[in-house]
Amino acid sequence: MNNFAYSRAADVADAVRQIAADRNAKFIAGGTNLIDLMKYDVERPVRLIDITRLPLRAVEETRDGGVRVGALVPNSDLAYHPLIEARYPLLASAILAGASAQLRNMASTGGNLLQRTRCLYFYDTATPCNKREPGSGCSAINGINRTNAILGTSEACIATHPSDMCVALAALEATVHVAGPSGERCIDFADFHRLPGDTPDRDTNLESQEIITAIELPAKGFAENHSYLKIRDRLSYAFALVSVAAALEINGGRIRDARLALGGVAHKPWRDREAEALLQGAVPERTVFAKAADRLLRDAKGYAHNAFKIDLARRAIIRTLAQAANATPQIQSVKKIR
Amino acid sequence: MGSSIGAAGSRSESQAKPAAISITLTVNGESRTLSVAPWTTLLDLLRDRLDLTGTKKGCDHGQCGACTVLLDGRRVTSCLTLAVMKDGAEIVTIEGLANGDADALHPLQKAFIEHDAFQCGYCTPGQICSAAGLIAEGRAKTADDIRELMSGNICRCGAYPNIVAAIQEAMDAMGGRR
Repeated sequence: MNNFAYSRAADVADAVRQIAADRNAKFIAGGTNLIDLMKYDVERPVRLIDITRLPLRAVEETRDGGVRVGALVPNSDLAYHPLIEARYPLLASAILAGASAQLRNMASTGGNLLQRTRCLYFYDTATPCNKREPGSGCSAINGINRTNAILGTSEACIATHPSDMCVALAALEATVHVAGPSGERCIDFADFHRLPGDTPDRDTNLESQEIITAIELPAKGFAENHSYLKIRDRLSYAFALVSVAAALEINGGRIRDARLALGGVAHKPWRDREAEALLQGAVPERTVFAKAADRLLRDAKGYAHNAFKIDLARRAIIRTLAQAANATPQIQSVKKIR
Repeated sequence: MGSSIGAAGSRSESQAKPAAISITLTVNGESRTLSVAPWTTLLDLLRDRLDLTGTKKGCDHGQCGACTVLLDGRRVTSCLTLAVMKDGAEIVTIEGLANGDADALHPLQKAFIEHDAFQCGYCTPGQICSAAGLIAEGRAKTADDIRELMSGNICRCGAYPNIVAAIQEAMDAMGGRR
């Protein structure tokens, strides 16, 4: 880890002032990803601005029936919060599918959104990587790409976003609240993370002088018909090869509203409105689940080691939609997929 | 942590040598005031400055759990924790788990011995501190729950069945639910 200066932010305005004053500074909260990347020399900030003393730890109901989550709420506290357990069990389940108990105790809500890819080559400073070093090339496209993306890739980058929590937040259509030098703004979750295109060094649309202050969940939580299914190389504490968040609103034997988001397959949590539209109004059964899966995966592209993900994703989508429709969500401590 | 800051750029700013910072921690019940460089991890501070070598450095990347300690009562990986950020915190390591009495054993320590829940022992302090955190969290009710919620602690010897049995016994002894 390189030497760096350290300072504490007194409030949000002070944090924004400090980050604006030093373009090679970074905010630190939980640090579970940043410290790791610094130990690998992937990140080399000259200053860390400690934001853990900011008053961003509340989980509170909003006037329009939603819930606002402060950016510093630890992942474990969020997953086990009574409001989240009762009204957004899909989010609670996705959080508990990620990382380990220790890391969930440390990692912040805002930081979870900003974690970087676990592509092998992003971490290996001896190899080219357009995300780490723009213009140097992508080692994964012709390399060991078993864990890499199958959707929304570019010639420059086939990395995936590693978060589980974000897959649920995408399905729930959360909003990201941020503050910057020119004030506050809200970013729809679908617009927060980016596709790699020819600028894979930019993971998100957060500006360099902005800070995440909160995540807001809309009133609709799909608490009755939902499931988060994560498929990975070992049964716990591993990143997803494919994960699926499914949320359905079922009324009178038909699907009235449907959300489907995938993790482990793209540079951002992947949603496909056309696939979701195929589910709207349909009787919840396997044939329509399969149609939605085929639509979502119609442009999927496999590479030398990850083409298996296309069929895996198709099966996982069908299974997760069935779990959601049957109100038998995957329980993260039970490893049998039902 | 904005991603765009990760883009290539000049690192010429702020290159003056950063100053050490004074922090006070309560470690196993004892108040310790130390001057630390910002890049010192809690793990290195415990082992190299306070001579508390019970906490182990395994992977040093938060993947193995050998460095698990209790920070304000919650289990964390000390290798990914910067000491400067924890000014005022209360730390409990394996040395302090049995209320600082060097001859006493915590119910988890007793249960690990009774169940032969280790072979080489390197992961054991982390396993035990993690299990103490798990019991305090009160979320584990079944053996499946224990396995899932202990997945941040790797045992290369593969003592897992005995580790789960030891934790179940200690959880019962401590009045927790199985």
